[in-house]
Amino acid sequence: MQMTMVEALNSALGLELERDRRVVVLGEDIGPNGGVFRVTEHLQEKYGEERVFDTPLAESGIIGTSIGMAVYGLRPIAEIQFAGFLFVCMNQLVSQAARMRFRSAGAYSCPLVVRAPYGGGVRTPEMHSDSLEGAFLQTPGIKIVVPSNPYDAKGLLAAAVDDPDPVLFLENIKLYRSFRADTPVEHYSIPLGKANVVREGTDVSIFAYGAMVNVALEAAKQAQQETGTSVEVIDLRTIWPLDEDAITASVAKTGRAIIVHEAPRAGGVGAEITAVINERCFYSLLKPIARVTGYDTPYPVPGQEDYYLPTPAKVMTALREIMEP
Amino acid sequence: MTIQQIDPGLVPYQILDVEGNLVGEMPDISAERLLSLYRFMQVGRVFSNKIIALQRQGRATTFGSLAGQEATAVGLAAPMQPQDWLTTSYREIASLIVKGVPVPTLAYSFRGFTPENWPAETHCLPVQIVIGTQMLHAVGLAMAAKIAGDPVVAVGVCGDGATSEGDFNEALNFAGVYQAPVVLVVQNNGWAISVPRHKQSAASTFAARGEGFGVPAKLVDGNDILAVYDTMHEAIENARAGNGPTLVETLTYRIGAHTTADDPTRYRDAAEVEAWRAKDPIARFQKFLTRRDLLDEQRAQQIVSEVEEEINEAVRIAEAMPPMAPDSFFDYAAAELSPRQQAQRADLLRYTDQK
Repeated sequence: MQMTMVEALNSALGLELERDRRVVVLGEDIGPNGGVFRVTEHLQEKYGEERVFDTPLAESGIIGTSIGMAVYGLRPIAEIQFAGFLFVCMNQLVSQAARMRFRSAGAYSCPLVVRAPYGGGVRTPEMHSDSLEGAFLQTPGIKIVVPSNPYDAKGLLAAAVDDPDPVLFLENIKLYRSFRADTPVEHYSIPLGKANVVREGTDVSIFAYGAMVNVALEAAKQAQQETGTSVEVIDLRTIWPLDEDAITASVAKTGRAIIVHEAPRAGGVGAEITAVINERCFYSLLKPIARVTGYDTPYPVPGQEDYYLPTPAKVMTALREIMEP
Repeated sequence: MTIQQIDPGLVPYQILDVEGNLVGEMPDISAERLLSLYRFMQVGRVFSNKIIALQRQGRATTFGSLAGQEATAVGLAAPMQPQDWLTTSYREIASLIVKGVPVPTLAYSFRGFTPENWPAETHCLPVQIVIGTQMLHAVGLAMAAKIAGDPVVAVGVCGDGATSEGDFNEALNFAGVYQAPVVLVVQNNGWAISVPRHKQSAASTFAARGEGFGVPAKLVDGNDILAVYDTMHEAIENARAGNGPTLVETLTYRIGAHTTADDPTRYRDAAEVEAWRAKDPIARFQKFLTRRDLLDEQRAQQIVSEVEEEINEAVRIAEAMPPMAPDSFFDYAAAELSPRQQAQRADLLRYTDQK
């Protein structure tokens, strides 16, 4: 069935509520309102207020109580209304959810999924567009998943709910309704920690995730047409753990690497991938690794955000430079 | 005015006065149970003194003294059922012992290791350090119990300093909104390290916070084991019966330093400490038990000796336990280690004597 990412996520949540009595869905405005992006639409009607419920407006409270519920044996799926508000519950996520198994030497675990919309280009107010995945790279104990399309979103969310440890599931706002894709109605799962080669190529590898996968694909097509450059595009799907084997295999083949993400450059996913390539396949490199990312500034206001975000044009520039003899 | 109270006119609930006289209604507790409460209070004090002594000898890590707060620590945990959950700060080690966490397990943790046999069935979350954070975990556990339809209650405990944290207030709010079967306890010992109670909040009591969140609250003499036990028993069973949460503030005093790394003479008067020694919760309860002919000086001495031997034995067991393997911090970093973590672990093993 053709679904938007919002519909695919809604379908995944419904199936999880259907197949596992332990699953509860909570967050701000996720009940009768169906979430500010309608990802949880009709779920409360179908599964009741006891399992799908609105919370007070308190992010730390949402995650802190979700931790208690997860330890008890439920499978909470908590929504943080915008990823920019994850800062408010950083303590509960980083020092608590991520450490429950560790602190108790496995006596207790915290199978919790935290969903949060992120990403720019949709003219939102401040703190509604920020990409925070890099901040969580320094948080051992939490997996980070970022789908790039409806099919992946549904399958990855199912895997996140099944995971025995906490998962941060970042949903790109621009992708929510920008296109439909063929998505099975029934339950299926896509394993976490595995990247997906969305376009095969031999000259250069582009690593991207979320909305940047389509930006990379667009640039790849353009490069093929203009210069005949064969670009491989790898959708990371999971930011942590990183699929280092997929990264290494691709760079070993192409000898050139470009990383594209919306988040600021410093200490981000691009820096980590650069280090992985350096450690694992440095001698395969024909050219220095390039990063096309957000700038090291706060995320700008709506009137300026298009300048901030990576675009096919910016990726094209990186492609031309990296293909120079 | 005492250090814990801004409004001395508010009288905390009391069953035993400072001299151990019965001034309230005696709760329904058997003689055997009364003596067991007394014994647990001694366990808390002896354990605290022992770990502090070990720390001075370099045999234990940083430790926060429990002395003076045994009535609250024991009284809050004793009415709990085995299926009930407890989330605490570092000041309620005695509560964990009452709830069934073995003393050697706790002693091992103060050697600087994570016990690998944490008794999950005691339903005690291991101590976490970020102030106030565990109060939300208690509420979440209680919410889950309610959703699951289980007759299970959660108790969350924090100190007076924690009441300034957002999480404390969010915990009260969630508890009220969901009518969670939870009892939230503030152990008000007058000091948050060096900051006295009156600089923590201008509110007359921390119990008063309950009203703003629609949560009934009780103010209790935290050095009166019977008052704490009675209040907690009622609050816990009230929650179990589906009547929602309660906030309990216990007024007590931290006789010792904040931790072994703290020097309280820098910020508080010796006279204040001495005044509180006179209100010692163990001495008070002992006087009461003696008057009831349940205890005499000789029997009390015997209990202390037995407890000391028990704690010494627990420390011997803990010190005989093998140290954690150098690479075991990888074991519980995730249910399944990523390829990178596996490689890092293998790399670490090159620098250890492990085979």
